[in-house]
Amino acid sequence: MSIGHALLGLLESGPRHGYDLKRAFDERFGHDRPLAYGQVYSTMARLLKNGLVEVDGIEAGGGPERKRYAITDAGVTDVESWLAQPEKPEPYLQTTLYTKVVLALLTGRPAADLLDTQRAEHLRLMRELTRRKTAGDLADQLICDHALFHLEADLRWLELTSARLGQLAAEVAR
Amino acid sequence: MTAPAEPLLTATGLRKSYGPTPALDGADFSIRPGEVVAVMGPSGSGKSTLLHCLAGIVRADAGDVRYDGRSMAGMSDGERSALRRADFGFVFQFGQLVPELTCLENVAMPMRLSGTKRRAAEKQAALWLDRLEVADVAGKRPGEVSGGQGQRVAVARALVSGPRVVFADEPTGALDSLNGERVMRLLTEAAHDTRAAVVLVTHEARVAAYSDREIVVRDGKSRDMERAA
Amino acid sequence: MSGRLAYGSAPAPAPAPERPAGVRVWARDLALGARFAAGGGREGWTRTVLTAVGVGLGVALLLLAAAVPATLNSREHKRQARDTSAAAYVAKPSGKSLLIADVGTVWHGQQVGGALLKAEGAKPAVPPGVAELPGAGDMVVSPALRELLRSTPLLRERIPYRDTGTIGHAGLMGPNELMYYAGSDRLTARDADYQHGNAKRITGFGEHITSDALTPVLDLLLIIMLVVLLLPVAVFVGTAVRLGGERRDRRLAALRLVGADIRTTRRIAAGEALLGSVLGLGAGAGFFFAGRQLAAHVTIHDISAYPSDMTPNTALTVLIALVVPLAAVAVTLISLRGTAIEPLGVVRHGLGRRRTLWWRVLVPLAGLALLVPLFGSVTGNDAHVNEYQTATGAVLLLFGVTTVLPWVVEAVVGRLRGGPVAWQLAIRRLQLNHGSAARMVSGVTVAVAGAIALQMLFASVDGQFVHATGADASRIQATVNVPAADARQAAAVTEKVRTTPGVARAYGFTDSRATQPDAATLRDGQDVAYIPLVVGDCDTLRQMAEIGSCKPGSAYVVPSTDRFAGPSPNADLAKYARPGKRLDLNVGPTPYRGTPRLWTLPSGTRAAVSRTDPRGQRNWGVFVTPEAVDASRLADPTTVVMVNLDPGTQDAVEYLRNTGAALGPEAQVSSVSNFTTQTQYAQLRRGLFVGAALTMALIGASLLVTMLEQLRDRKKLLAVLVAFGTRRTALAWSVLWQTAVPIALGLVLACAGGIGLGAALLAMVGEAFHVDWGIVARMSGIGAAVVLAVTLLSLPPLWRLMRPDGLRTE
Ligand SMILES: Nc1ncnc2c1ncn2[C@@H]1O[C@H](COP(=O)(O)OP(=O)(O)O)[C@@H](O)[C@H]1O
Ligand SMILES: [Mg+2]
Repeated sequence: MSIGHALLGLLESGPRHGYDLKRAFDERFGHDRPLAYGQVYSTMARLLKNGLVEVDGIEAGGGPERKRYAITDAGVTDVESWLAQPEKPEPYLQTTLYTKVVLALLTGRPAADLLDTQRAEHLRLMRELTRRKTAGDLADQLICDHALFHLEADLRWLELTSARLGQLAAEVAR
Repeated sequence: MTAPAEPLLTATGLRKSYGPTPALDGADFSIRPGEVVAVMGPSGSGKSTLLHCLAGIVRADAGDVRYDGRSMAGMSDGERSALRRADFGFVFQFGQLVPELTCLENVAMPMRLSGTKRRAAEKQAALWLDRLEVADVAGKRPGEVSGGQGQRVAVARALVSGPRVVFADEPTGALDSLNGERVMRLLTEAAHDTRAAVVLVTHEARVAAYSDREIVVRDGKSRDMERAA
Repeated sequence: MSGRLAYGSAPAPAPAPERPAGVRVWARDLALGARFAAGGGREGWTRTVLTAVGVGLGVALLLLAAAVPATLNSREHKRQARDTSAAAYVAKPSGKSLLIADVGTVWHGQQVGGALLKAEGAKPAVPPGVAELPGAGDMVVSPALRELLRSTPLLRERIPYRDTGTIGHAGLMGPNELMYYAGSDRLTARDADYQHGNAKRITGFGEHITSDALTPVLDLLLIIMLVVLLLPVAVFVGTAVRLGGERRDRRLAALRLVGADIRTTRRIAAGEALLGSVLGLGAGAGFFFAGRQLAAHVTIHDISAYPSDMTPNTALTVLIALVVPLAAVAVTLISLRGTAIEPLGVVRHGLGRRRTLWWRVLVPLAGLALLVPLFGSVTGNDAHVNEYQTATGAVLLLFGVTTVLPWVVEAVVGRLRGGPVAWQLAIRRLQLNHGSAARMVSGVTVAVAGAIALQMLFASVDGQFVHATGADASRIQATVNVPAADARQAAAVTEKVRTTPGVARAYGFTDSRATQPDAATLRDGQDVAYIPLVVGDCDTLRQMAEIGSCKPGSAYVVPSTDRFAGPSPNADLAKYARPGKRLDLNVGPTPYRGTPRLWTLPSGTRAAVSRTDPRGQRNWGVFVTPEAVDASRLADPTTVVMVNLDPGTQDAVEYLRNTGAALGPEAQVSSVSNFTTQTQYAQLRRGLFVGAALTMALIGASLLVTMLEQLRDRKKLLAVLVAFGTRRTALAWSVLWQTAVPIALGLVLACAGGIGLGAALLAMVGEAFHVDWGIVARMSGIGAAVVLAVTLLSLPPLWRLMRPDGLRTE
């Protein structure tokens, strides 16, 4: 998953200090793996270099953790296109998708569309696998079926999340 | 994929209420000849209602269904029955076979209703049972065959009169994975061979994966996933 | 796999537009329906067989009704062919002539027809069914009488002739008719004035008086009997063709899905009904022919009929064969009117709409309105019964019970609440589906109502037969009449009667008459005084008048008390019957013949007041003891013996009849007792109970099938209920309540309707309202027993259905 996009998304609601960013990230997405400070600053440095964020100000008594970052227009566009882009269906996708959904909700973007897009992508792959399966031999069939069952599980998760968007939005807004 | 052709069956702005709660709240739909369209969505969202409206079994409160350029709203019961007889085929979750008739007679029924002589109808029915790999249950009653066999008999019946649209509502809903796969493979292959369009209502992604295109219904509203992507 | 493409090119039939259904389409759909009726495994067959049996019973009854006119006609023809009552007087014997004397008698309440015959020439006429006249002391008998004589020595004593032949079919109205012709050489012809002989001279048989075959009351009974038997069967047929209705509707819905239009489904349903009713026609013919053979063994009011005489009218038969299947189809189509069979299932119209009461009540009221104008019209023997009005009224009244029933069931069941689980399950089910619950029991209801009404009518009609004589059965129980016996013979006759076993007391007297002394001199056409003359001992005279002191030689003048006779009898008495005055005993037909036989009233003749004699009659005239008059001079005397029987002696009246028979063909014994009619009533009652029980058994069978069908439909639900711990007994109770509640309501209505119709019928025959509650209780009991039996019979299948494997989907 892309930490840079996540941090960018968090900045959309307003400029933050690097320390704040880490705390916000951990709170929302870092349930089992808190972000290291070093990772935050190296990521921010990369974003700064690409012109997706800018330094909004430095507090007195400065150290690197006292820098305040703000998102640029280019940064907003980048988040936008990341969210709209369906992920390539693969295992353990849900962390990324979850991040995307939460960020969409946070930034007031249509999260349902995001899920539907992803769902269409999943189904597209499933169709392809199904086609391969019906044309192939038994080995093909077994392999395809394995993938299909996993994809189906993801898809069911997508459906369930769609059905619970309202609930999630309320929670995110808290 | 099918070549872009004129849609065979279209619906626009369908509304249907049972009592105060709407089952369909402005749903759209279209299908081209030979296309397999999956209709997905949570249970109670209005999938079956949409299918019934499309097939002319249920009259919508508002909106129009056009089949082959004709509006179904204005058709009499007799005309709609004739459509069901000749142009449509149906596969439901279960219980659509007549328990008193043998499987062969069940399959022959649509043709006989259209005026085909018994002998000819049953010959054709036997071919279809064979094709759906259930020739051995021809003489049995629906109560005496397994769920998977019963569904395949139902598919045979849906296809026997050479329909242009097959409506399938959770055709694998009562089957295990293996039997479900088998029914879906046979259904889509046969539909493809006869260039029949299939409206496939299901809540299972693996079943929907047999489709060319997907429509999602939520709270009575339809959503064309091709356009969303 | 490559061969598959062949299917792809399967010719798709062109979409068939709505076209008028041709004969072939009809044939196809009807055949398909018949296929459904015959197929569908054991259950389907049960349903079809029940329908066939129900329709069959209806058809058999209709055929019976169609045979009634022919049967009565043929009976009437046979009766006329042997009748001689209207034969003109034949003065001289001829080669063809014979003498005949009616010696009909009664044995244990059954009529035994009999005639003594004596040929006068070489080629005498013979009665129908008899090849040759029996010689003196010989007789020809009907098979039934021969059978009876064999087992009853007492009757054999009365009919002692040698059995030399059998009376054939042509001479008998029915196989159970008791009849004999005996040869006798003791017959002498009566003269032109119907006097002095004991037999009539005839030259042939068949001189008849036309008469109505049935009295109005019997006519009414017959109509009501047919209505009461037919209506439950009709209701049953209505239910039977609806058997399996829910299943059929689902089947038709499945056909609708694959493109059958509404008219096709109707045709298929018609086909289903048609098979049942056509089989029913066959069954009905079978029942009728079988029942006709049985009819030979049945005697109602001395009426039995030969099976071969019970031939249904051809036109009516054809009508039945056409109308019954059409009616079955019509009932089916009407029952489909309220339901729209859609591809996704069945939509019942008017569900949730409350039933309206007014037109339902209107039906029985209309029936009553038809009957009310007929109240009091069916009395006497020449009243005319308006069959159509009566039948229509009765049908509407009874049918009204079934129209009101669904409303009552809905109204009552809708108000029931709470209770234990079993009760709640049953009530909820009834609330959801009260229509079919009411339909289920309507047959029983109509049967009970009809039976109650019929029983009431029977009871009262029988009462009429019993009490019509007005005789005082406590004073005497029989009379013996011997015409042409003069007063000397009277003593002998009385003595013979008195010594008969079982006779406690016998009052014998001689009836004769006297007139004014100058009667011989009157011109022809002038009024002649008519004064009855009664000759009997003091004891006997006391039975007939308040005579006070009496000794041999006493004489009394007893004025008439008949207010309607006018003044002339008493005026004649006052003028001519005075002590010491003379009266002429030679009273014969006018003009006066012979010489006057004058007799002087004793000077001690007193006046006395008449009293009702044991026969129920009031006598008047001159009453004298035998010592006061020369018995041999009496004109045209008839000896009458009033007999008081010993109640302790069995068959006393039969011994008396034997004595009467021994006295000669002219002697007549008539019984005043009423025990004979009672046995007939008991027989009828038994027959009716059997009929009602059979009808209800049939209805019970259909109830059972409906019940099992409902249970099977709810198999999964039952299994689920059991799975989460509902006790089986609770489910059994719920099944019981489900039938018992509608039946109880139905029986209440049935009693009301039955008593209502019974009361109307009683009013028609002019009888007082009277309910035999025993009958009501017994009929209701049969109805309740049917329900209990149905519930018990449905328990084993219920147990089987409740096994956990019911949870499996089909
Ligand atoms: N015959 C009916 N009567 C009343 N309500 C109905 C009927 N059919 C469907 N509904 C209601 O309409 C809604 C949509 O039903 P349906 O089309 O069967 O959903 P799905 O097939 O997607 O599960 C549901 O809320 C359902 O309760
Ligand atoms: Mg559905």
